[in-house]
Amino acid sequence: MTPDWDTSRAEGIIAKYLQLEGPMLPILHALQEEFGYINDDAIRLVAQTLNVSRAEVYGVVSFYHDFRQAPHGRHVLKICRAEACQSMGSEANAQKFLETLNLEWGGTTPDGRLTVESVYCLGLCACGPSAMLDGDLHARVDLQGLEALAGEAV
Amino acid sequence: MRIFVPRDSVSVALGSDKLAAAIAAQAAERGVDVSIIRNGSRGLFWLEPLVEIETAQGRVGFGPMTLADVPGLFADNLAGHPKAVGLVEEIPFLAKQQRLTFARCGITDPLSLADYQAHDGFKGLEKARALEPAAICAAVKDSGLRGRGGAGFPTGIKWETVRTAKAEQKYIVCNADEGDSGTFADRLIIEADPFCLIEGMAIAGLAVGATRGYVYLRSEYPLAIQILREAIVIATEAGLLPNFALEVREGAGAYVCGEETALLDSLEGKRGMVRAKPPIPALQGLFGQPTVINNVLSLAAVPYILDAGAAAYAACGMGRSRGTMPVQLAGNIKHGGLFEIAFGITLGELINDIGGGTASGRPVRAVQAGGPLGAYFAPSQFDTPYDYEAFAARDGLIGHGGLVVFDDTVDMAHMARFAMEFCAHESCGKCTPCRIGSTRGMETLDKIMAGEKVAENTEILRDLCETMKFGSLCALGGFTPYPVVSALNLFPEDFGATPLPAAAE
Repeated sequence: MTPDWDTSRAEGIIAKYLQLEGPMLPILHALQEEFGYINDDAIRLVAQTLNVSRAEVYGVVSFYHDFRQAPHGRHVLKICRAEACQSMGSEANAQKFLETLNLEWGGTTPDGRLTVESVYCLGLCACGPSAMLDGDLHARVDLQGLEALAGEAV
Repeated sequence: MRIFVPRDSVSVALGSDKLAAAIAAQAAERGVDVSIIRNGSRGLFWLEPLVEIETAQGRVGFGPMTLADVPGLFADNLAGHPKAVGLVEEIPFLAKQQRLTFARCGITDPLSLADYQAHDGFKGLEKARALEPAAICAAVKDSGLRGRGGAGFPTGIKWETVRTAKAEQKYIVCNADEGDSGTFADRLIIEADPFCLIEGMAIAGLAVGATRGYVYLRSEYPLAIQILREAIVIATEAGLLPNFALEVREGAGAYVCGEETALLDSLEGKRGMVRAKPPIPALQGLFGQPTVINNVLSLAAVPYILDAGAAAYAACGMGRSRGTMPVQLAGNIKHGGLFEIAFGITLGELINDIGGGTASGRPVRAVQAGGPLGAYFAPSQFDTPYDYEAFAARDGLIGHGGLVVFDDTVDMAHMARFAMEFCAHESCGKCTPCRIGSTRGMETLDKIMAGEKVAENTEILRDLCETMKFGSLCALGGFTPYPVVSALNLFPEDFGATPLPAAAE
């Protein structure tokens, strides 16, 4: 579980990156790593510290697919949907997999256990289809493979 | 006994960490003295995890290895192991390559400076230190090296522009935002030979007078980020990078940040919006300062060029495509992996002779060359030589060197729609043809696929593709028409049209 928002801890995290040139993305990555997502408090604090408008920070957060503004499940399974994985049948597998979980892309199981997201290329394109569970890479993942990964995520 | 168990994203994704632990446990149980080296991958991905054992004859390979195959590695008759593939250097896929940039990949421990130096590492940088900056730029220019990210712009000319620009602070930026599906060469060299990239960037710094460097590395490559960061610390602490501060910056999942100006905005902490050119980044790049921005492969090619000489590199290749290209064989292919070879080999040789055709065993129907923005090729075009100009003459592009193979089950209308969908998903939104055109393209393709006014809608789609091609600010909107139009031209039957009779083509 990721901890609840804590302004002083967030300030401590931000301070570590202030000496960098262009510190916005490293700060947002670090805050998301700590708190699980970028909430309004985070946007306000980053804007204040970097002396930019909240709109500017919001613009950055909403631009990048990696940054989330709401919490996701305890585990995140990213399934590659790019061309090389498609050539190995990834789309049909993923559709069946989502159907069994009764989920749409980006959805989370009702028990908050697993979020399933799309990703466009993990660089394992000669060994597709590929997927990533909580930062761990998996190659040659067929439908059974996806189900096994979902089973690991408890 | 020395055993090599690769540690790159592919082998790790296929269980090489567990394999290394199992080999260590098995050795301990048998009381055999084993040293396990976590090398980088050789790039023979269909054999991963590929374990190698050092013998008097050379390194012998076993792959693809599973945990059940581990005890057999300690048997007397290694050649009889069910996964034995013989001497790795003699595997045709490897033996046929001309590895200049990827010479050390898979052979060395990526984080061992001693290994790197024992295999010609830092010789290029040493030679560069003895040269005037103008002479370094001239060597890169004379080598004929062209930007390996996809645009193919002469690297030496870019460097010379930055060198002659006047500024307090100049930058070297490495574009490691390798988002194209079917490409993994940047990832492989960073994971298997990170010092090579570091050396290339240090040489670039000397050549143009830059003291700071950034590597913008995509967040989808967590292992590459970790390995490169460790390698930078090792090289810096060893005093190999005097007066050059190098830092890895993690991307955040935006494909468009592979476009150089969007990447610079992202590094500055902004939305990754494409900039209008001019000004060119060489004059006003990162934080408005003169900036060399090169792809990983361009920078990694430089140490060899400085060490062996521009002429040695330029001796390879054809026409205006000099040197070697790390071709990436991907998708539905039997022998997928990285194949570095001089320009000039044909597409058919790469797919059929080297790659062995499809993994599914079915006939090849289409090959997408150059990533999501690259054209599809049909087997009837397999005589095309791998060369920037020859691909352009067939309305295609080499791009970053990826080839994604599809068998005859592919629906090309679906792939054309996907190209538009991907563009809509990833557009930065700055220019109208890309932002709106991609969505309209997707809708028009939906109509065509539903059989609605097929001829009229196909005309509209082609017209839209013209607008996107010539009206977009960058290659995302500008090149999305390549896969769409090539699919329309080569596979009209998938779009509800009657195939053209052979004589009419």
